[in-house]
Amino acid sequence: MELDALLRSLEATGVATAIRENDLLFPWVESFHVLAITLVVGSIAIVDLRLMGLASRDRAIARVASEVLPCTWAAFGVAALSGALLFSSNALTYAHNAYFLAKLSFLVLAALNMSIFHLFVGHDSESRGAKIAGGVSLALWICVVAFGRWTGFTLHATPLAS
Amino acid sequence: MRTRALDSFCAWLEQTPLSQAIQGAGWIVPTVQTIHILAIAAVMASALMIALRLDARFRRVIGWALPVLLATGVIMIIGEPVRSLENPVFQLKMALLASAIVVFLLPFRNRVVATLSLCLWVGIVFAGRWIAYY
Repeated sequence: MELDALLRSLEATGVATAIRENDLLFPWVESFHVLAITLVVGSIAIVDLRLMGLASRDRAIARVASEVLPCTWAAFGVAALSGALLFSSNALTYAHNAYFLAKLSFLVLAALNMSIFHLFVGHDSESRGAKIAGGVSLALWICVVAFGRWTGFTLHATPLAS
Repeated sequence: MRTRALDSFCAWLEQTPLSQAIQGAGWIVPTVQTIHILAIAAVMASALMIALRLDARFRRVIGWALPVLLATGVIMIIGEPVRSLENPVFQLKMALLASAIVVFLLPFRNRVVATLSLCLWVGIVFAGRWIAYY
């Protein structure tokens, strides 16, 4: 398969080899990945719960979003970069892991949900659409965490990954 | 730190029916870890909001998340006593956690306390990930 060849050459790059073969590099990158994910999910949950009308109701949605989302995006940048590095170290194994693929799918769905919300609802509104978008987002991010955690238990190429 | 008393406590805990049940059902540990990470996400985002002085009321969220973290943490310890209790990184994590709880309970709050709290929680997350490697 052509994709497999591509993934193999990704694994063969210097950075990927270093992360795979150095005993300390993988856990360090992983630590930043986990830290970033807790900040992404925790901060998105603040906005989602506000959209759902379940928290911070004394503050406007636009205000909560403008205060919190810069933190979310910064943390997401770190999570995506560290995640890409971890992926590269064992690209073939991850790409064939059903839990990892599910995690990526939930990430894509979370992005779609956000885009649809911005295009059709707009983040000022206290509407039913906003409530639904918030609930869907929260559920999708919980799935991202769950399937990410499960990935570590179902990979056998990196025995230390659990 | 490893003492004979800790050794025998871990050996006893490992043999209890509850520990055996956790070890026997493969889905329990990843599920409990997922809840543990979601609770730590609530703590981290709250500690960040407080440190950035965006909303001091997030202190309450930490108060709700702490019992969840302790409960899920205890389940993981019961499932794998040696891997956790006798692990130097786990012991460091518990020392950092004790410090974070002391800071959380301090009678005064300011920017220094909020920053210290955030740093301690970052250390706790890092130590938590490193337990798997020691």
